[in-house]
Amino acid sequence: MENQSYTISVYTENNIGLLNRISAIFQRRHINIESLNTSISEIDGVSRFTIVVNVATDQINKLIGQIEKQVEVIKAYFHTEDETIYQESCLFKIKSDLLLEGGEIQQKIIESNSRIVTVNKDFFVLEKSGNKKEIEALYSYLNQFGIMQFVRSGRIAITKNEMKISSLLKANY
Amino acid sequence: MYGYPGGAIMPVYDALYHYQKEINHVLTRHEQGATHAAQGFARATGKVGVAIATSGPGATNLITGLADAQIDSTPMVCITGQVAEHLLGSDAFQETDIIGISTPVTKWNYQITSAEEIPSVMAKAFYLARSGRPGPVLIDITKNAQMEKLDFSYKKCTSVRSYRAIPVMEPEAVTAAANLINAAKKPMFIFGQGVILGEAETLFKEVLEKTGIPAAWTILGVSAIPTNHPLNVGMVGMHGNYAPNKLTNECDVLIAVGMRFDDRVTGDLNRYAKQAKIIHFEIDPAEINKNVNADVAVLGDVKETLAALLPQVHKNTHEAWLAQFTDLAAIEYKEVIERDLHPTKEGMTMGEVISAINNETKGDAIIVSDVGQHQMITCRYANFTQSKSNITSGGLGTMGFALPAAIGAKMGRMDREVVAIIGDGGYQMTIQELGVILHTKAPVKIVVLNNGYLGMVRQWQQLFFDRRYASTEMTNPDFVAIAKGYQIAAKRVTERKDLRAAVAEMIASKSSYFLEVCVEKEDNVFPMIPTGASVSDIRLK
Repeated sequence: MENQSYTISVYTENNIGLLNRISAIFQRRHINIESLNTSISEIDGVSRFTIVVNVATDQINKLIGQIEKQVEVIKAYFHTEDETIYQESCLFKIKSDLLLEGGEIQQKIIESNSRIVTVNKDFFVLEKSGNKKEIEALYSYLNQFGIMQFVRSGRIAITKNEMKISSLLKANY
Repeated sequence: MYGYPGGAIMPVYDALYHYQKEINHVLTRHEQGATHAAQGFARATGKVGVAIATSGPGATNLITGLADAQIDSTPMVCITGQVAEHLLGSDAFQETDIIGISTPVTKWNYQITSAEEIPSVMAKAFYLARSGRPGPVLIDITKNAQMEKLDFSYKKCTSVRSYRAIPVMEPEAVTAAANLINAAKKPMFIFGQGVILGEAETLFKEVLEKTGIPAAWTILGVSAIPTNHPLNVGMVGMHGNYAPNKLTNECDVLIAVGMRFDDRVTGDLNRYAKQAKIIHFEIDPAEINKNVNADVAVLGDVKETLAALLPQVHKNTHEAWLAQFTDLAAIEYKEVIERDLHPTKEGMTMGEVISAINNETKGDAIIVSDVGQHQMITCRYANFTQSKSNITSGGLGTMGFALPAAIGAKMGRMDREVVAIIGDGGYQMTIQELGVILHTKAPVKIVVLNNGYLGMVRQWQQLFFDRRYASTEMTNPDFVAIAKGYQIAAKRVTERKDLRAAVAEMIASKSSYFLEVCVEKEDNVFPMIPTGASVSDIRLK
């Protein structure tokens, strides 16, 4: 069975140690986590994990089963790329000279919908949100001039379909 | 509760000193022994077993027991002491990240850092350990939390909002299962420990008797129905019985009840029951389609789902189908069982020892086995008349499990005979727990089947590694002298003529008793499904 990219959304209690418990599920099965983000969710006191993995279809169902089995997990879902609206965010630190030498980079900043966060005499910081491909394209473009630092966030994703967490919480309690 | 004191748990032990009448704490000789004793207690009684240890090495010594309880779904709460909160992460004396270490082998774990959390967290720990699919929980308590005062009030925990103990039964699934069962010409049950944990033994027996469907068991399912029940067709899996393994690949409907299709049960999954429709009665949704895809998954409490199934299944007898089991059983008897139980050669077999024990206990004892050849022989041949009577380390295969587990089982069921059957290898892994018998006078009966080898590994070396017996031959101590050193009556049997009388003496004894039986050194356990083979490729020799 072919591997494909899945975005896993996990609604959980906000407890110490749960990240370890969830990541252990992947580690035990020798699965690399491509990206992981944790944040608050739309429900008070409920956290949300967004995890991206490349696995086979039969494996994703088993992973979801194992994740949901954890006591502090309320519900886990998986979605394909088509079923989500997702973004990643990244920051570039670049020498300020480059910004001033000709207009090429300035033009690129406008074209790529990225944004200058700060500028000083030594460097400027560029922020870009988008999908992985857009970020990778900007990265290769800027790399030819030299990137002082680069960092990319984990994926965050909203699903097109509803995930009924509030009603689940009421039913369980 | 079973445990071992140390620096970081001393305030708890100091409190236990005041409650000696209310709480029976048993000092084991190693923390691993405490976990297995708690497991034995839990498996024999259905209650939560408790083990307690200090931080650092005390805590890490619990890991094997936790892993064993996790894979065998045993309700257990482990309590560990931890360095004071302000020292966490400072590499303090006997500090270890037991929450991190125990995470993959616990159903839940939690670190308490203030006294006011203790009542609610402990209530939650016991609720989680016992509810739904049971499992082990570890609670780590920092020393400062143990020292603080609080206004104590205890409220029982009955739910946790992110946790569903039992999935909701779907009546349509039960009906779909009943329809498949009613239409089946060659149906077969495989039942596991879920029937015992769900206390559905009586109901399951009613379903069997109404439908007339042959029922085979996994190693943890045995004793859920009596050994001599006419529809009991034996054990499935690597060293299980011939008929149920062969006919797994011939049945038309396979009904799994509270079992998880372990690889030792299924052999090669690509050649496992492919011709059959699979019905899976299960409490844990993560088990559905994990190893074997279910055509009908019946989720829920087995007591509820079987109760719903019972009125929907038709009365039947399946005589011709049962006769197939009987015919294959006769082949197995001739090829394997007869020479195991009634050997004509000089050396004693493990099977005849189990047979002698059956003869004395009449199948009423709790039998605790360790891991290896003797375990397979014990589970194949021991007779059981009541549930919760076979205690063994199934999933993890923990050598050293039996002696402490037998002690825990006996303490939980003082009204029942408890016989531990152990190999000479596994016995030496937790032999120090004889100290508990010395200390408490727990009347546990211990049988060591001594073949001077790590027998199961030796068998594999013989069959698959050209008899290269790498590190499997044992140089053993004088086991009888050791038992006597712990003031346990002890005897060694080396000849068949002395076996029955020695077993009778052991069972008749009101105190603990140690019996070493020197058995044939290079006997093998058959039938056998070699690793990677199909269940229907089961070998008789």
